[in-house]
Amino acid sequence: MNDYSRDEMMTVAAARMLWDGCVCFVGIGLPSAACNLARLTHAPDLVLIYESGTIGTRPTVLPLSIGDGELAETAACVVPLPDIFSDYLQAGRVDVGFLGAAQIDPLGNLNSTVIGSYEKPKTRLPGAGGATEIAAHAKRVFIVMKASSRSFVAELDFQTSGGHFGGRGLSGARGGGPAAVVTDVGILKPQPDGELALVAGYPGVPADEARAAIGWPLAVAPELEMVAAPTMNELAALRALQARTAAAHREPVRLPI
Amino acid sequence: MTEFLPLSEAIAKHVPDGASVALEGFTHLIPFAAGHELIRQRRQRLHLIRMTPDLIYDQLIGMGAARRLTFSWGGNPGVGSLHRLRDAVERNWPRPLELGEHSHAGMAAAYRAGAARLPFGVLRGYIGTDLPAHNPDIRSIRCPYTGEELATVPALNPDVTILHAQRADRHGNVAIEGIIGAQREAGLAAKLLMVTVEEIVDELPPAMNSVLLPHFVVGVVSHCPGGAWPSYAQGRYGRDNDFYLRWDEISRDRARFSAWMERHVLGTADHRAFLESLRQAAA
Repeated sequence: MNDYSRDEMMTVAAARMLWDGCVCFVGIGLPSAACNLARLTHAPDLVLIYESGTIGTRPTVLPLSIGDGELAETAACVVPLPDIFSDYLQAGRVDVGFLGAAQIDPLGNLNSTVIGSYEKPKTRLPGAGGATEIAAHAKRVFIVMKASSRSFVAELDFQTSGGHFGGRGLSGARGGGPAAVVTDVGILKPQPDGELALVAGYPGVPADEARAAIGWPLAVAPELEMVAAPTMNELAALRALQARTAAAHREPVRLPI
Repeated sequence: MTEFLPLSEAIAKHVPDGASVALEGFTHLIPFAAGHELIRQRRQRLHLIRMTPDLIYDQLIGMGAARRLTFSWGGNPGVGSLHRLRDAVERNWPRPLELGEHSHAGMAAAYRAGAARLPFGVLRGYIGTDLPAHNPDIRSIRCPYTGEELATVPALNPDVTILHAQRADRHGNVAIEGIIGAQREAGLAAKLLMVTVEEIVDELPPAMNSVLLPHFVVGVVSHCPGGAWPSYAQGRYGRDNDFYLRWDEISRDRARFSAWMERHVLGTADHRAFLESLRQAAA
């Protein structure tokens, strides 16, 4: 049996949720790794959209930023950013949106704005970016976050993006909201009342560990599924992608003089 | 008529203290050289507008040039926090900073409205978020046809928008290749559009569907090779990801930040000298 890290398990679990041909709005970090892993394994025709305006991009290495040149050079087309938000996302043309955040609550609402009060924040975070409208309009949202009682909280300090909040159905949000939360201790999915419950675990990670890592009393599905460990093929593709990325980012850039 | 001016003269002539200024460029073609010139000329009380403040606004804010920031995502892309922005918001250093905070979709709509000289932008947005409770500019309107409640944002019309581009021709037409973010909209929304360019050519070849800002919307062109570093210019030089990582260290500490700005920006006469000082520091 292969050794693998929790990060690799998370990335593989997120990648497996994507299907061939799906149109996916990607963020930087683990979502970007998961989407490109899916494209390099079971979903070669996955359409990746980065908010910088690149559509159908097929990067050979993972970008450090959302607007690296690699994304434009390997894209089917590059459009102005306002088009991405207005004519693609708002118009309902995005199947899957990936989000992370500093805090998540039991209904899948997210905070990426402040810890503490808005006026006098203890920690000022980057803010909404594309998240608010991705959460509203992507047909389904996958959230990727490491579990901890600091980030999985009963109550958010600030609601940046809406999950299954009360009144969502009448709010004008056209998308289905959070469909799954992929953590390092298992996968959470919303129950009929909108509250997240643990529905799938990973090999060697007991449900008690998941319960302990979540900052609210976590419901656990009566029949917990078990996610299969990463295959040799998945691990090889992911590690090769990360090695290519590390090598590319080590290349020195000459000052333009 | 488009004016052709050295960058320092363009800033001196067209960007007064207190102006609202948008330096746009979504990761790509960020007008760093122009931002540094604002710092060298000690601009004060600026209203800075930009979707993603990036390192250049971190530097302007840390140097005390701004009174207000209109933005939608304020981080160091792929790295983490903008420490100078955080210090200003969390601890009022070096001075308090007002925030006008949006989502990307809202800010894009505000630029589009500004470009079209409409009073506001409309979107199906700001749903399920606390942002409108903290930004009185985000309001709503009832659609006169369907009755649907839609979000509105006031048009953004900066006094000056500054962009960086690969090429301009001698008439003042500007061509941009690669990721263009909201540059076109921000440029058209401005009362005055200034563009720094890698190269000035006699004639731009006809290029269907390439982004071209025609000369009659371009107020000023300044020749400034390397003017987007440490961001990048597609086809010319790559993004200096290593510098974005190093900035996290430089900017974390007030004294280290101030010393870096003193040495490399205030202590240099122009962008060429700035790049030269970095080359010497790296040697």
